[in-house]
Amino acid sequence: MKAGAYTDGASARVPAQGDAGRAPRPLLSARELTLTWDGVHGCRDVGFDLYPGEVLCVVGESGSGKSTLLQALSWQARPQSGRILYDMRGRGPVDLADLDDAQRRLLARTDWGYVHQHARDGLRMQVSAGANIAERLMALGGRHYGQLRGAATHWLQRMEIDPIRLDDAPRSFSGGMQQRLQIARNLVTAPRLVFMDEPTASLDVSVQARLLDLLRGLVADLGLAAVVVTHDLAVARLLAHRTLVMRGGRVVESGLTDQILDDPQHAYTQLLVSSILR
Amino acid sequence: MTASPASAPAADTAAVARDPHYNFGYLDESTKRMLRRALLKAVAIPGYQVPFGGREMPLPYGWGTGGIQVTASILGPDDVLKVIDQGSDDTTNAVNIRRFFARVAGVATTTSTAAATIVQTRHRIPETPLREGQIMVYQVPIPEPLRWLEPSETQTRTMHALAEYGGMHVRLYEDIAHHGRIATTYDYPVIVNGRYMMRPSPIPKFDNPKLDMSPALMLFGAGREKRVYAVPPYTCVKSLDFDDHPFAIERWDACCALCGSRESYLDEIIMDDRGTRQHVCSDTEYCNDRRQRADAGAEGRP
Repeated sequence: MKAGAYTDGASARVPAQGDAGRAPRPLLSARELTLTWDGVHGCRDVGFDLYPGEVLCVVGESGSGKSTLLQALSWQARPQSGRILYDMRGRGPVDLADLDDAQRRLLARTDWGYVHQHARDGLRMQVSAGANIAERLMALGGRHYGQLRGAATHWLQRMEIDPIRLDDAPRSFSGGMQQRLQIARNLVTAPRLVFMDEPTASLDVSVQARLLDLLRGLVADLGLAAVVVTHDLAVARLLAHRTLVMRGGRVVESGLTDQILDDPQHAYTQLLVSSILR
Repeated sequence: MTASPASAPAADTAAVARDPHYNFGYLDESTKRMLRRALLKAVAIPGYQVPFGGREMPLPYGWGTGGIQVTASILGPDDVLKVIDQGSDDTTNAVNIRRFFARVAGVATTTSTAAATIVQTRHRIPETPLREGQIMVYQVPIPEPLRWLEPSETQTRTMHALAEYGGMHVRLYEDIAHHGRIATTYDYPVIVNGRYMMRPSPIPKFDNPKLDMSPALMLFGAGREKRVYAVPPYTCVKSLDFDDHPFAIERWDACCALCGSRESYLDEIIMDDRGTRQHVCSDTEYCNDRRQRADAGAEGRP
């Protein structure tokens, strides 16, 4: 793993790549990324490289700019300065600013996923679970009802939801199930990169643990890269290879998750780590 | 002619004289030009919704203000106008719009599809095949097919611009999941000329195949939303479907109780308090025609 040029983290290993010998190329690179809402609040000068299959957690208190960073990275809000390079399939690294809207939107619903904190923000609550999962496939031209339904059933099972619920509306689902449904809806197109905004924050502890377990399995099985925003250091410890600590819109420390949690260098990180209930 | 229902509206429209206080076609000339410009753009981009400056009309929204404005802007003194409402020539809405144009434009009106040059319609396309040179004008309540999916106009326009229409299939998927078949029966979404998704106005899906490659020009006017759109003659209009659930039109076990037609769109009518039902053609002109021809045939026989 390599820390970005604009963060003060230590250099470390790169996660195992398929083709040894050739230096792996980062999937997503951010450089001097700045997006502020009012000139003050937001994120500033953030830079990092994310490699295929790597999970990066962004931790920090409320208002530290982590959600803003996620919005900038996923181009939901256009960054004011800085660059984001993404390694597109069959095209190589591309500056997102050079793509047109149609290409960015296509990228966002095929090669990316976005998991919202509240499942209702990421789901169509009025249509069935099956339609929620199959929507991205239909958007890509899937026109065979039987196959769409097969894919939806497969993903429900994979998410440990009883396929009998396929035609039920998500509003009849529990919070944990809704969150798993939202993840299935994103993963159905086999994305390579998933953005998650506090994916477990609105769930109770036992459900959180189960979801994290599921996520860990999925990330490993599918070789997903993920940027996970969380205020919960336990989530970072369980999921992330690498962690960025943000405060006041800036990255104050970055590095291997274990390293950061066990040997925090920055005073703020030390405060965060010491605040964990034991 | 005998006292068939079809003769009544023709008589009451004929009684209306041109009122010289109104400009020809009710709208002023600059408004008509603005509408024609919008219509030309609509014809040039089949299925694309073109905004126009809607005017106050002497009837409420939902009664056909969009269709009337379109008709007013394309009407010439030599045109022959037919107006139908749910297939019928003699409902209040149809009779009043015919009388309106007889009064403000002095044009000839008719109930015959073959004789008409312009047919303004609400909810049906006539059973009698249209021909080149004819214009259909549709009254549209909600022009945006993606509205149920996305409430923001900015978003739906972007979706049209980028042809992001996958969400529409979500609705059809839901239909099949809950009803075992595509249960949408009217206002059935179509793709025009392989590009824009369009609401064909609330016509039954039975009429959707009549839009495809029609020799007549189809103009759609939405008064409340102030949009016009068009399907030019001989344009491909494809109804959405799934490979394993293809588009299909309604079929009835019954035939029309009056004319015996098995090819037309049938309305189910309750005849008495005990719930006796009868199926009759929704297109009254087509039904009358068939009955008259059958009568003539019977009399002609030795």
